[in-house]
Amino acid sequence: MFKRNLIAAAVALALANPALAQDSELGKIRDEIKQMKDAYAKRIQLLEKRLSEAEAKTGKAESAATKAESTATKAEQNSARAETATASLVSARSGENAFNPAISLILQGTYANTSRDPNTYQITGFVPSGGEVGPPRRSFGLGETELVMSANIDPYFRGVAIVALAPEGGIGIEEAYFQTLALSRGFTLKGGRFFSGIGYLNEQHQHTWDFQDAPLVYKSFLGNQLKQDGLQLKWIAPTDLFMEVGAEVSAGDQFPGSDRNKNGIGGSSVFATLGGDIGASTAWRAGASYLQMSPNGRSYQDADSLGGATTNTFTGSAKMWGVNGVLKWAPNGNTTYNNFKLQGEYFRLKQNGTLNYDDTAGSNVFGTVNGSFQSSQPGWYLQGVWQFYPRWRVGYRYDALSYSTLSNGIVNNGLGPAAADFPVLASHSPTRNTLMLDWSPTEFSRIRLQLASDKSRLGLTDNQVFVQYIYSMGAHGGHKF
Amino acid sequence: MNTQLRFFLLTLTWLAAGPAAAALNIFACTPEWGALSKELGGEKTNVYVATNALQDPHRVEARPSLIARARSADLVVCNGAQLEIGWLPLVLTQAGNAKIHAGQPGYFEAARFAAMLEVPASVDRAQGDIHPGGNPHLHLDPRNIAKVAAALSERMAQLDPSGADSYRARTKAFLERWQQAILRWEKEAAPLKGVPVIVYHKNMSYLIAWLGMREAGSLEPKPGLPPTASHLSDLLAQQQREPAKAIILAAYNDPRGGDWLAERAKVRVLILPFTVGGNNKAKDLFGLFDDSIAQLLTAR
Repeated sequence: MFKRNLIAAAVALALANPALAQDSELGKIRDEIKQMKDAYAKRIQLLEKRLSEAEAKTGKAESAATKAESTATKAEQNSARAETATASLVSARSGENAFNPAISLILQGTYANTSRDPNTYQITGFVPSGGEVGPPRRSFGLGETELVMSANIDPYFRGVAIVALAPEGGIGIEEAYFQTLALSRGFTLKGGRFFSGIGYLNEQHQHTWDFQDAPLVYKSFLGNQLKQDGLQLKWIAPTDLFMEVGAEVSAGDQFPGSDRNKNGIGGSSVFATLGGDIGASTAWRAGASYLQMSPNGRSYQDADSLGGATTNTFTGSAKMWGVNGVLKWAPNGNTTYNNFKLQGEYFRLKQNGTLNYDDTAGSNVFGTVNGSFQSSQPGWYLQGVWQFYPRWRVGYRYDALSYSTLSNGIVNNGLGPAAADFPVLASHSPTRNTLMLDWSPTEFSRIRLQLASDKSRLGLTDNQVFVQYIYSMGAHGGHKF
Repeated sequence: MNTQLRFFLLTLTWLAAGPAAAALNIFACTPEWGALSKELGGEKTNVYVATNALQDPHRVEARPSLIARARSADLVVCNGAQLEIGWLPLVLTQAGNAKIHAGQPGYFEAARFAAMLEVPASVDRAQGDIHPGGNPHLHLDPRNIAKVAAALSERMAQLDPSGADSYRARTKAFLERWQQAILRWEKEAAPLKGVPVIVYHKNMSYLIAWLGMREAGSLEPKPGLPPTASHLSDLLAQQQREPAKAIILAAYNDPRGGDWLAERAKVRVLILPFTVGGNNKAKDLFGLFDDSIAQLLTAR
């Protein structure tokens, strides 16, 4: 209104005052009036545009022809109606807890029958990884209770924390990391503690595994799963074929590394993955990875030939490369009724350095002895899981580790401790056959029966029967491919 | 000029022209929103549809191919109302594409622009697989598609201003045809008012509500739970008391439960396309409703 008055006043003034009625002056005023008019028209256009956007937002496109004011109020009414329709949502949004992270809780437990004492579990022929790799305790036992929390932190970062509550008490941090949201161009940076991107199974959470326990190669080479305290950068190529490359640097404090108490980087890894679809029914991915760590004073307990306690400490380098492949099939890609998953991985762990043998706390025959240590040992597994009926799946897994090359300088010297003083490193290539049947009433619950014949120990077979339950509550977590 | 050099130059021009020809890369979560994106976007868009009509939309996996396509998407057009909760968040966090995160202009949820049905007053998984935002299968009410089309076209125009005029013109033309089609369908389907039908899953609610039909029961005892023998025999008893005219299934639903009931209750099973591509008549959004109504009319 004010502008219109101003125009009128300007026009009146221009007409009334003959002194101003010179051509140039008049032209100037005309220009000014034109400018004002243009600005006014622009503002109207802008308002109209905003209104039409508001309409589109509330899905009221039909009423585009109706008057501006009435449309605006209508739009308000519509959004108000939509809001009240979800009354519970509104209260959740307006409260102090509106920004609470998504929370889910995983409950797990087993009933276990094993023909061998789980406390004597050992993967003979391989340097112990120090993880809790043995079977669950006999009879009823609670598994880890996992608490998962995740939310966007701000427009730039997302945060995820996964806390494992151990059945015997105590809290472990499985993962706690930030991840970038805004890097774009295919880049994602992750930092904190996270499951390494090497291998296929490593990044998957234990409750999503198709068997109760990890493959032997994961138990032996990665202590079940490799957690990195560090940084990870991933890049996805702008192609229709899925191509991802990633690199990680970490403290390298977990097997095959060790806590080094040194500045700098203790472990690093690179990995690359390809993936795609074959028609509507089949999807695949294939990957390769390389991991390098520098363990410094990584030790494990053993017993000498007399039964006395010994400590073996390794310092040197550990390098591991691996390849993996996954193929999933479901008729027309509809996994609800039938589907099949074939998955296999191969790793080779090479260690090179010095081993320190110490029996001073036990028999004290040799005291401390140093020698070189080299090993190059492969391991692999292949598994298939078939959903033969809605909710029902059956699976089979074959596991193998090969003793291959292990050269212990202390034993080779022939002057000090002999092979019998390193019983864990006795020549042995473990194998295991595992069968499972599970029933998943919904996406949120699963009950599994697993039978295994485990030849991890030298010359001994452990026949295992597990019944396991996995329940998840709260936010609907997605499962990785 | 030798042929190799010529080939090289041709490839270069093709490479340079390739991305320019498709201004807007759209990643559509479900076939219906893929089809709508193509209707509104035409030549100016390049639409990738993540799922097909024979897949249960609740059970899709975050396949590597989806992550690769999301990586180069300018706009993700999804259903929302938590239909894609099991896979989309994973695809979005892994794709390394800031444009398409929730809340960005490149993230579009149809459910935000539709009139939702069956919004639960409280949520508890004991009720089965329910969605807090309401029944997500909103596209089976064509009036919702019109609302979504208006909003989607504005979003396309916002992301690709150079194509704005084209999107608006195409949307106007589409909506004119669509409103006419709705009138025609409503006229054709008039005899279906009050007709009772049994569904498999609560995935037909919008179609039933739009046509004024009546849902007499569902083969699933609770949303997301497969039919059980005891529930099917309850339905059979109910069917003998007050017969429903048909059992309606989506193309992706298991026909076994429906067949069992149909055989005993002397009622027909209709396999509706549910979405674009669900059968060879549902080639586009118009075909989807043409075929669905034609099939339903056989059940009177």
